[in-house]
Amino acid sequence: MSHELTWLLVAVPAVSAAILLLGGKATNAWGHLLGTLAPVISFAFGVVLFFQMRGKSDGERSETVRLFEWFSVGHIKVDFTLLIDPLSILFVLLITGVGSLIHIYSIGYMEHDERRRRFFGFLNLFIASMLLLVLAADYLLVFVGWEGVGLASYLLIGFWQIKNSAAVAAKKAFVVNRVGDIGLSLAVMSMWALFGSSAFSTVNAGAEHLSKTWATLLGLMLLLAACGKSAQVPLQSWLLDAMEGPTPVSALIHAATMVTAGVYLVVRSHAIYAVTDAASTAVVIVGTVTALAGAIIGCAKDDIKKALAGSTMSQIGYMMLAAGLGPAGYVFAIFHLLTHGFFKANMFLGAGSVMHGMNDDVNMRHYGALRSAMKVTFVTFGFGYLAILGIPPFAGFFSKDKIIEAAFADNIVIGLCALLGAGITAFYMTRVMIMTFFGKKRWAEDVHPHESPKVMTWPLIILAALSLGGGALYFAGHWIVDWLAPIVGHEEEHAPLSATVMTIITLAVVAVGIAISVLMYRRDIPREAPAGSPITTFARRDLYGDALNEALFMRPGQYLTRTLVWLDNRGIDGLVNGLAALFGGLSGRLRRFQTGFVRSYALSMVFGAAFVVVALLAVRLS
Amino acid sequence: MSAMLLPLADFTAPKIEYNELAPLLVVFGAACVGVLAEAFLPRQLRHLVQLTITVVAVVVSGVLTGMLMNGKKEIIAAQGAISVDGPALFTWLILLALTLISVLLFAERSVDGGLSAFAGQAAAVPGSEAEREGTAARIEHTEVFPLTLFAVGGMMLFAASNDLLVLFVALEVFSLPLYLLCGLARRRRLISQEAAMKYFLLGAFSSAFLLFGIALLYGYAGTMSLGGISDALSTDTGNDTILLAGTGLLGVGLLFKVGGVPFHSWTPDVYQGAPTPVTGFMAACTKIAAFVGLMRVFYVALGGSRWDWAPMMWIVAILTMVVGSIVAITQTDVKRMLAYSSIAHAGFLLTAFVGLAQAGSGVHNGGITSTQAVLFYLVSYGFPTIGAFAVVTLVRDAGGEATHLSRWAGLGKKSPLLAGIFAFFLLSFAGIPLTAGFTGKWAVFSAAWTGGAWPLVVVAVLSSLVAAFFYVRVIVLMFFSDLPADSPDVALPGWQTTSAVALGLAATVVLGLVPGPVLDLAARAGEFIR
Repeated sequence: MSHELTWLLVAVPAVSAAILLLGGKATNAWGHLLGTLAPVISFAFGVVLFFQMRGKSDGERSETVRLFEWFSVGHIKVDFTLLIDPLSILFVLLITGVGSLIHIYSIGYMEHDERRRRFFGFLNLFIASMLLLVLAADYLLVFVGWEGVGLASYLLIGFWQIKNSAAVAAKKAFVVNRVGDIGLSLAVMSMWALFGSSAFSTVNAGAEHLSKTWATLLGLMLLLAACGKSAQVPLQSWLLDAMEGPTPVSALIHAATMVTAGVYLVVRSHAIYAVTDAASTAVVIVGTVTALAGAIIGCAKDDIKKALAGSTMSQIGYMMLAAGLGPAGYVFAIFHLLTHGFFKANMFLGAGSVMHGMNDDVNMRHYGALRSAMKVTFVTFGFGYLAILGIPPFAGFFSKDKIIEAAFADNIVIGLCALLGAGITAFYMTRVMIMTFFGKKRWAEDVHPHESPKVMTWPLIILAALSLGGGALYFAGHWIVDWLAPIVGHEEEHAPLSATVMTIITLAVVAVGIAISVLMYRRDIPREAPAGSPITTFARRDLYGDALNEALFMRPGQYLTRTLVWLDNRGIDGLVNGLAALFGGLSGRLRRFQTGFVRSYALSMVFGAAFVVVALLAVRLS
Repeated sequence: MSAMLLPLADFTAPKIEYNELAPLLVVFGAACVGVLAEAFLPRQLRHLVQLTITVVAVVVSGVLTGMLMNGKKEIIAAQGAISVDGPALFTWLILLALTLISVLLFAERSVDGGLSAFAGQAAAVPGSEAEREGTAARIEHTEVFPLTLFAVGGMMLFAASNDLLVLFVALEVFSLPLYLLCGLARRRRLISQEAAMKYFLLGAFSSAFLLFGIALLYGYAGTMSLGGISDALSTDTGNDTILLAGTGLLGVGLLFKVGGVPFHSWTPDVYQGAPTPVTGFMAACTKIAAFVGLMRVFYVALGGSRWDWAPMMWIVAILTMVVGSIVAITQTDVKRMLAYSSIAHAGFLLTAFVGLAQAGSGVHNGGITSTQAVLFYLVSYGFPTIGAFAVVTLVRDAGGEATHLSRWAGLGKKSPLLAGIFAFFLLSFAGIPLTAGFTGKWAVFSAAWTGGAWPLVVVAVLSSLVAAFFYVRVIVLMFFSDLPADSPDVALPGWQTTSAVALGLAATVVLGLVPGPVLDLAARAGEFIR
């Protein structure tokens, strides 16, 4: 198979999605199987491409595949071109690999849902769009995938749209993402204006000649886009609500893949960020703030999925932080993105498995002591837990440790924040672990927890293995650094302290986080959440993110629309209706001249004739 | 004066170019045959024979006209009386085509219980025993067919007359049959007779103006021929006051036929009262003939004094558009609404007419002159007009046609096809793209614009906007109102009305989608010759 067939990666799930969504009830019986087969095929193809690429030397690994001319308007010409290089192939493997596992898991999870076929159609649509996003060789084509995953995300968050909360959450996700999309579309248009093209090659080549102002502007536009898609502050508010979607969706889209698209975009645009320190710093700040904010939110949530969602925000914050550090961090951003994809998907699916056994209850205060009832889930979840904490030799240890190291190398404050975040992560993840699997039973009466079927546990086991072994990408001879460096560049920065000392400090902070959590949650946990301190409330209310949005945007927006409606009703409608009334009245008046009497008609003709003659004479004589 | 002193011996027989005048002669000849047929044929044969004679005459005349157009031979025929030029031939062709459709409508007998739209015995007192007996005996006035032929012959002559006297004669030749036709409605005879009476009185009145204008112009130029008047203007020898007064009065006579404000007042009453097929015929054909006559007189004879009469025409054009559009808003009768719509259309045509875009005066190569724009507009207006009136004949209740607008409510639910066709005609009148009306409006407005009459174009566009309101109002009424319980029936049309509507619809669609060929034809018609 040659790289020329890269388009098949996208086409297979796209065709499958079309069949499932357009095929109607005829595909109900086997729809989920086809839907699962599609990402598996893409994955297999991706593996083949990956090994082909490994066989080549560094300089020859990037291949562009021009499929056709998409459109040409004036001097702007956009080709439908795919780019398959070491960066995108890693994404392809992550998306299709984790995607395949989640598809398989969904067969069991969605078994009793009568719209399962449609669910798989949407999932396939997502896979196709996400692959297009990471394979596109042109920012405009990225935008197509970007919108595609946005649509799929919207459809899947609101999959159970009979629930009002799901419909509202879907709408919220769509609207907030739209804000980010403005950033990307502005960036594409600016690129056309600046470079005459939005192809990666042209943009990368032209970036170094860019003025500082434009580079900063472009960087900020792309950052805005990344914030929207990756739920970074200030566009973070949609992700927690997005947990209304089915759990496999949360695992695939809102943890492992789509939400990392922002990181991909920043890394892909490294040439632009290389020119502008201001925008890079903005990326670091956004990442750091989000890493802490997400972690704090995660501490206060009783809903297991929302606690994990806070964690996702926080971990993507780490990736953004790393991406903002430039060549020192790009590789580790992507590395952490991959390992996070493994262990977070693992934990989300584990949470789904728990919910499956607990009659879809998501409140951890109603769990407890599930370790014996759901052994496989417990062990696999435990692997994910250890990985996210960064306990060696689990995958998260390598990736997170490198980020904290790089952060310290860059700036001591950023480094301390990253370290603090690691501690908080340890705290809230331990809290989740204790509330769910340890302590006493706090189950509702009619709940009988049981282990999930094999079709659900096997993906868990595989993901758990990846959570454990994913670190091999790094510790096996810094493979990932060598793999990605030709694409995104890499430079080692030296931390003020040696790597070993850093690791020990980090592990110590993590241990403190675990210890506090154990001390706090060792005692009995009430089934109803206690009132809590103002800080707890602050965290429970998502750091007042929604309140802020409502005060700053929603309410002024509503006032604006109301004012406009009022203006429209009074002003414009008044004008229009007034005009209509004027003409109507005029018409009524003029009508009266039509008396029906020949004599008055004749008289009007006489006046008319007199007027005509007088007018003629007047023109001549004047 | 010198002409009267010529000795009789010098009289030579006029030279008549029979070939070029054949279309006219065929129509008039067939009309005379029709009169004879009416006198000698038994009653039951008359309808078929008259219809055949008329259709054959119209078709033959049309073919002859087409051949003449193909030959591209333009002459002044009949000793300078008749000008067989491009515009004249083009006008003949449209007139004949529209007449053919009208004649089909005249011949329709299946929508009203096997009887035509015309009174059995026009002389019988409405509501009398004689009328009832006539109806029972299924008596018909098949004279409508020869009358129509005379009318259309007069119109053709009017559009081609190169001499004011011929112009006047032609005017009367087409007006008198129309007066009669207007009074022949089978249903609502009183209002029909009233319409005929009004039309006749006001028509006679306007003829007086026309004649007086002709007399004054003769007094100025010493000749009746259009070319001669033009020559007199260029040498500028006569009395200007007489010229201007003559121009004005002649204009009044012509504007009356066109339906320009303030000489329009007969239009709504007559359109409403006349039998609907006749209204369609008048609305389309009279307007065409009158407009071409108006242009011919003012361009050929009075072109030299255009700066004198243009301001007056501007005002008339504005008044016509504005009054036509505005008064139409409050009309409650379909036929009256269409009458005011036709007045507004006359205003749009006048816009192009006074735009004076002529070859060599601001019209680029490939641009469109006023004459051509008006000719095209007349085509694009004529077909939907007849089509729309044909549709009106089909919406009926016990009292005949249900023309009150309230009776049309919900028609779209009862007969979506018919209402859809009518809506399409209305959209064409409103000038919505992809209909004939749009292309026509574009043609006249651009001609006026290149001619420098941009204020007129602005007024015209605003008037179109107002006009769109009442067209769309009818569409809304038809499609978005509930069907009342006692809604009128939609009569099942015979082949005659069906083909009339179909032809009108087809022409409206084709002129909207591919106006090119007809625009080319109008452009090839060129200018008036003298």
